[in-house]
Amino acid sequence: MSFDAVAQQPKLLYLLQGIAAFAAVVSLILLALHQGPARRRAAALLLLAPALLLLTVGLLLPGLRTVLLSFTDSSGDAWVGFDNYVWMVTDPRALVALRNTLTWVVLVPLTATSVGLLYAAAVARSRFRTSALSVVLTPMAISFVGAGVVWKFVYAYRPAEAGQIGLLNQLVVAFGGEPRQWLVDAPWNVLLLVVAMVWTQTGFAAVLLAGAIRAVPGELTEAARLDGASPRQIFWRITLPSIRPTVSVVVLAQAIGTFKAFDIVKTTTGGQFDTGVIAHEMYDQAFRYGETGRGAALAVLLFVLVTPFVAHQVRAQRRAG
Amino acid sequence: MNGVRERLASRAFTSAAVVIAVLWTIPTLGLLLSSFRPEEEIKTTGWWQVFGSPRLTLDNYREVLSGGANSSGRLAEYFVNSVVITLPSVLFPLVLAFFAAYALAWIDFRGRDALVVGIFALQIVPLQMALVPLLKLFSQGWLFLPAWNLTGPARFGQVWFAHTVFSLPFAVFLLHNFLAGLPRDVIEAARVDGASHGTLLLRIGLPLARPALVTFAIIQFIWVWNDLLVALTLSGGTAETAPMTVRLASMAGTYGNEWQRLTAGAFVAAFVPLLVFFSLRRHFARGLLAGSVKG
Repeated sequence: MSFDAVAQQPKLLYLLQGIAAFAAVVSLILLALHQGPARRRAAALLLLAPALLLLTVGLLLPGLRTVLLSFTDSSGDAWVGFDNYVWMVTDPRALVALRNTLTWVVLVPLTATSVGLLYAAAVARSRFRTSALSVVLTPMAISFVGAGVVWKFVYAYRPAEAGQIGLLNQLVVAFGGEPRQWLVDAPWNVLLLVVAMVWTQTGFAAVLLAGAIRAVPGELTEAARLDGASPRQIFWRITLPSIRPTVSVVVLAQAIGTFKAFDIVKTTTGGQFDTGVIAHEMYDQAFRYGETGRGAALAVLLFVLVTPFVAHQVRAQRRAG
Repeated sequence: MNGVRERLASRAFTSAAVVIAVLWTIPTLGLLLSSFRPEEEIKTTGWWQVFGSPRLTLDNYREVLSGGANSSGRLAEYFVNSVVITLPSVLFPLVLAFFAAYALAWIDFRGRDALVVGIFALQIVPLQMALVPLLKLFSQGWLFLPAWNLTGPARFGQVWFAHTVFSLPFAVFLLHNFLAGLPRDVIEAARVDGASHGTLLLRIGLPLARPALVTFAIIQFIWVWNDLLVALTLSGGTAETAPMTVRLASMAGTYGNEWQRLTAGAFVAAFVPLLVFFSLRRHFARGLLAGSVKG
């Protein structure tokens, strides 16, 4: 059964229908807008109605319902009080997911931002800035799933007597060690997944920080240089303080993204071998095991954990301009 | 003295940058080279040995795209699904958020500020918060809302709906901030001329908002194309409606050691976003910051 072009036609037909239906709705709105006397309230309502309706049905009500579901059992009908939250802090597997999420959220933003800052400082004023930044930004364009495959291949294992195909084990063997099943060995496998995540996030940090470094006034660094400051002093005393707002924006953005990290775990280990994180455990409980209540409780936890970071982020972004 | 130290420091910086660039390239490079190697070589020797005996082939791509066996990727079908999912999931929120942002930025009405804050605040909600109830809504209905009971290609509708909803708070935020920052006298002048809001929206709002619209479209495109979570939960998981990310993730699990398919599959899936990324790099970088809070 190879590729069957005819079998694809219903999909494309449905795509056309969907876009046509949407175009019809949009035309009706525009038509009503043209016809109507320029009553401000009516015009505003007409333009806002689709978005508000979708947000209410698709986000606001479901969000509230998830809060309710987190106090129910797996069927979503019987109330169980705080059982799901008690489960979360007593079940060994859930605890591992909490611990790993903490590890991720501490390590990923710090490492990615530090490496990104070093890289940005090196290339910000270089002729090759654009291409240099592209190099580290490329992992963002290939999906987290793709990144998962990339790193699974780096960590691939073959028995000692066979030739290694994974880069990491090849290095280990080259230095006289025994090849290991990296993704199976807890707790180090968590760090290896963190490396994969850092790999995807560093480009983001580098691009934003390079932009901020270029915005630091040249007179400032020039004056310091004439006063005999070393490059290192200039970096720590002038450049870094000037770009501090951007640094916090980057760290916070990566913390927010890391809380929700799901794809890399799903692709590399499927959450086995003690590598689960909250976002992945939420998916497993809600959609694989049918434990709706537990899944909902984990989603609520995620929401509660992310909220202060987002609030901080909004303030930090305003400062960073 | 100072000059020597400076040169040493800048050399240290440069070598650090080179090391990072190499470390960041090698994993991808290894996968890319492997995708062109014959199956028996991928599975037995490291990709770095390709430089010794370069035997390259396109078989892996042929196999993963349209191979006959069930275990082969059949990615061509999933590719179509990715396209069918992504186009409306970019277009719908783009238009609806533009409408909403226009109203919030350029029409004065009572309660506007509260609405702006409310929609912005929804950015905080992680999409995990909505997935379980959405799935229940689609299959069982809820309150006054009927079940959708979608089958076949109509399942795409669920995914369009979810991606549209999830991106709206961020899209409205981005477009509103852009529109609200434009000089108001242009709009006031046109309004004095008696233009309706329909005309204002299309003739003045649309061209002015173009940079922000492009930025959002690119971010949303890459986001949706690369999304796994929404697709896994709402797209049904079969070759009929699931996108490539779902297939690739399942291949990594079930056929985790079939590297000839995984390597080629990863690049088939990454081809379009890489193309978008390299041709529209400037917009992409600009949109990164704006999108950093997105759910």
